[in-house]
Amino acid sequence: MKIVVTAQEETLGAPVDERFGRAAKFLVYDTKTKVSEAVDNTLSQEAAQGAGIQAAEIVSRLGGECLLTGHCGPKAFRALTAAGIRVYNGASGTVGEAITAFQAGKLALASEADVEGHW
Amino acid sequence: MTVAIASGKGGTGKTTVAINLALSLPGPIQLLDCDVEEPNCAIFLKPVMGPAQSIGIPVPQVDESRCSACGECGTFCRYHAIVSFTTIPLVFPELCHGCGGCTLVCPTGAIREEIRSIGTIEEGATGSIAFLQGRLNVGEAMSVPLIRALKSKARREGVVILDCPPGTSCPVISAMRGSDFVVLVTEPTPFGLNDLRLAVEVVRSLGLPFGVVINRADVGDLGVRRYCDDQGIPILMELPDDRRIAEAYSRGLPAAEVIPGVRALFEALGARIAEAAKSRVFAAHSAGSRLDA
Amino acid sequence: MRELVIVSGKGGTGKTSLTASFAVLAERPVIADCDVDAADLHLVLNPTVRQRELFRAGRVALIAPELCAGCGLCLERCRFDAVRRDHQGPGAPRFSIDANACEGCGVCVRFCPTHAINFPERVSGEWFVSDTRCGPMVHARLGIAAENSGKLVSLVRRQAREIAEREGQKLILVDGPPGIGCPVIASLTGASAVLVVTEPTLSGEHDLKRVLALARHFAVPAAVCVNKWDLNPEMASRIEEGASALGAWTAARVRYDRGVTAAQIQAKAIVETDAPSGNDIRSLWNDLSTFLGGTNGST
Repeated sequence: MKIVVTAQEETLGAPVDERFGRAAKFLVYDTKTKVSEAVDNTLSQEAAQGAGIQAAEIVSRLGGECLLTGHCGPKAFRALTAAGIRVYNGASGTVGEAITAFQAGKLALASEADVEGHW
Repeated sequence: MTVAIASGKGGTGKTTVAINLALSLPGPIQLLDCDVEEPNCAIFLKPVMGPAQSIGIPVPQVDESRCSACGECGTFCRYHAIVSFTTIPLVFPELCHGCGGCTLVCPTGAIREEIRSIGTIEEGATGSIAFLQGRLNVGEAMSVPLIRALKSKARREGVVILDCPPGTSCPVISAMRGSDFVVLVTEPTPFGLNDLRLAVEVVRSLGLPFGVVINRADVGDLGVRRYCDDQGIPILMELPDDRRIAEAYSRGLPAAEVIPGVRALFEALGARIAEAAKSRVFAAHSAGSRLDA
Repeated sequence: MRELVIVSGKGGTGKTSLTASFAVLAERPVIADCDVDAADLHLVLNPTVRQRELFRAGRVALIAPELCAGCGLCLERCRFDAVRRDHQGPGAPRFSIDANACEGCGVCVRFCPTHAINFPERVSGEWFVSDTRCGPMVHARLGIAAENSGKLVSLVRRQAREIAEREGQKLILVDGPPGIGCPVIASLTGASAVLVVTEPTLSGEHDLKRVLALARHFAVPAAVCVNKWDLNPEMASRIEEGASALGAWTAARVRYDRGVTAAQIQAKAIVETDAPSGNDIRSLWNDLSTFLGGTNGST
């Protein structure tokens, strides 16, 4: 399965980016092959509005099944849910640490957005 | 003739000028309150109002039975208002600008439009002044479609006065476009001058003739006056920083009706506007190409 | 970290003047001027620009006249009244786009039968990171007639937050825009608290209610200050009672003072002069510090 984590930089040792829509990067980690790859999120950052929606589209096209992030606004949450992606908020530390925490069952599955949306 | 009352800076006295001008000119006058975020003219005119008309933007509605999930709508939309990376498109109506593009690009005709309300327009009258105001729903981000709808109700003949929103961005442009003359209201302070310069740039880019009214004219410095002199911008009227005017305003009373001498000032302003608009001398100062009204 | 946004609903109530004084009274805050449409704070804080970036938002249509066949389909399809018919007289008409009205939707671009319409990105303004005598400042200038969608406001706030995080600063002061539309929403969401500055007039009262409703909608705790209160003391009290009833917290009032304009002319914050309203502003700032202390820190 592919886990997507919002990150500030391109490696597993990079700090988690707490934002979803305007996160700097996405780290895609394949649990089967244990390979990770970094994807840029500039397209969303430059969106005049709906950055979270654009980011959701990117995550969906990457084949992400679970998203680990800090916070997720209502439009982003709706788009992710419609795409069948499970959202886990409260990710912190490095990307690697967040994945470990997730696999240990320490991150809670979100049932709704946890912050207000913004541009 | 359509006269837009605008300013770069908020709180300089646009509404004061708009309503007192409307009350001082020989009728019939139509006054449109285009400051749809915070419409205040009605406080002073106290018009008898008719029922509110809901104004909306057309937003997409997808007929799932006809949707082939091709994703064309999502690819086309510049606003992320409709996205399609799952089976059925997802619509975010609050982001939609109502361009209709998605309905046009859909190959199966699966998208219809429904109206999403963004605010209201109310019509009323005070004496011989016909009054219209737009009121944006609180929490609604887009004001331009409401301003456009309001302006579509402006009369083509007679005197129409537009109370514009403050600032220099899209809602102000939408309100001002197509006017015959713009009155920029300012105050003689550094903030007033700074924002007046911005407003002048806007009015010039629209190619509209304009003049300046200085409010609270006896407080502050000479910066605004010097600027207008340098730029050849006519100063059409100066209102003093009169406590009686401030008090009347704070109580929602038009100065022209309660303070002697004020009506005459606004009658004179009206005459000067008519003269300046006719001569269109100030169009000569516009930078760039003229846009037809 | 706390973020205090100062708005007014109605323009001209004094929010920028008060923000300048707060910037002086606070301890090295990060300052964000989010009134990107008609920014004035720099006139008092006198920033030295360290970094300057272009701001791009959306696109604008542009018709290449040599490719235009004059069919007028663009005019038919445009919902924003942004297509002009230029050509009078014999021969096929020519069309052009009014960039001031164009909303960059791309419909005309897509459907032009002769592919005569370009769709470049629009440079809508500039933003700056500067130093001031009070602390770092992020500010911006929106271009003429640009769409004020809130994106530039958000960008300014984001930059201010990054600076605050990097430098370990505890307070961000945001000078907000007037009104209740996009840019105000963008300046408010996720803030620790909002201060609404109003004046003792019916217009002030009316506009205050709308902006308080907005703050409530976005769940931002609100405080209210009646500026120039002594111009109409009864109205000032009425406004404060009304605000309390709407769940807002009443902060200290500030008196009407000609010294405010004098300070502005000297490019000083009111509390940097001996204008009497300076004392009211100090009390107001004490109130706000307490109010902010009681709110949840924003991330």
